[in-house]
Amino acid sequence: MVQGAAPAAVARAAVALADELADAAIAGDRRALARLLTAVENRTPVAEAAMRRLYPMAGRAHLVGITGPPGSGKSTLVAALIAEVRGAGRPVAVVAVDPSSPITGGALLGDRVRMQAYAADDGVFIRSMASRGHAGGLASTSTAAAAVLDAAGFDLILLETVGTGQSEVEVAAAADTTVVLEAPEMGDEVQAIKAGLLEVADLVVVNKGDKPGAQRTAAQLRAMLVATAVRDADPSRPRPKRPEVLITTAATGEGVPALLAALDRHRAAGREGVSAAARLARAEAQVWAIVTDRLRARLHDDANRGRTAATLEAVASHELDPYAAADVLLAGLADPDPE
Amino acid sequence: MTDRPLKVLIAKPGLDGHDRGAKVLARGLRDEGFEVVYTGLRQTPEMIATAALQEDVDVVGLSILSGAHMTLVPRVTKLLRERGMDDVLVTVGGIIPDVDAPALREAGVAEIFGPGTTIAQVATFLRANARPRD
Repeated sequence: MVQGAAPAAVARAAVALADELADAAIAGDRRALARLLTAVENRTPVAEAAMRRLYPMAGRAHLVGITGPPGSGKSTLVAALIAEVRGAGRPVAVVAVDPSSPITGGALLGDRVRMQAYAADDGVFIRSMASRGHAGGLASTSTAAAAVLDAAGFDLILLETVGTGQSEVEVAAAADTTVVLEAPEMGDEVQAIKAGLLEVADLVVVNKGDKPGAQRTAAQLRAMLVATAVRDADPSRPRPKRPEVLITTAATGEGVPALLAALDRHRAAGREGVSAAARLARAEAQVWAIVTDRLRARLHDDANRGRTAATLEAVASHELDPYAAADVLLAGLADPDPE
Repeated sequence: MTDRPLKVLIAKPGLDGHDRGAKVLARGLRDEGFEVVYTGLRQTPEMIATAALQEDVDVVGLSILSGAHMTLVPRVTKLLRERGMDDVLVTVGGIIPDVDAPALREAGVAEIFGPGTTIAQVATFLRANARPRD
């Protein structure tokens, strides 16, 4: 970006670079694709301009979310899925998220360790992302990154979340199909009937199937998850999903062909019956994240920084309650009259 | 975009099986606020170049203890150049005899970090020398 250039010139330069990178990425240039993903992660004007071009081309890929507790085998399962998918000759992209440090902002992105066998294969593209303070299991820009990979022609996109606990359900809004991994002996039947992560699963996978207890864990999950009442259900009320429960041993590939088949079945079923509500929910999640970002940016811009800081100080010292503070800040944006 | 974290690939090319140093550095750079991609042991130059490209890193840090640096490092820098990543900062850490340093610099290595280098020294060098980006 040119220092000191007029904003209009900067914007034109961003659009020109975005067009160049987008055309190249669509034509198969992996370096251009990687640079676009960086722009998306950093929320640059280039990313915005590129999105205008790429978003209409996206929406074709199957987005599969892979989530589960730390160490349950998400990366190993993703690697096993890559092998299976490449065996069928289909291109596949991975967005693998690891947490950013809440203290330093740094991150250790270690998911590639399990996926390095595909360096020479142009049909595989793997990108690590740091969560950068976003708390839902993905980075705030993961959905946009997936849209770029989708537009670049990847037919299957695996979104691997950070290691999750019980309630990081955001991936379900980002993905067409959500796979929740469990490790054997991680909990009893009461864990399986708690609300949260397991509820958003389209497929539940008990990984490390060669470990003792895998069969029993799967049986418990099946009993509890499938026991959802459907008879006499009021169709106007939201109903939990009834996920299939599979067993895999990702390290050996056992059960992975069945998992890919289940993913493909879910995709085919979704093609016919994906509810407009689910698509709207994804659109809302994306737009809402951007609205929030832009609000925050405006509250810290030159015109508003002073009032924002003063209002936060007033809340910190308990002179103003947080609700009133939010009203003050929103009113200030609506009426951009300097103090 | 000056406030974004720098992204660093820490890679171990070749066959030596000792990655404690690479892991300590990866962890240390994380604490210095870098986003560090770690790819594990026994990486080929092709694996390293592909990871650097797909991750669009600012820095590639190679850790070598086996003595094969004169073979492996120039292959990594050559692949990076071939794939249009000649602006990526390449550094090498490990056991590198002083006599090999000029040839490695000639091959495109920006700095060589020997035993006793502190993580703060590495972090300072990377911040000062990583390319400015769009």
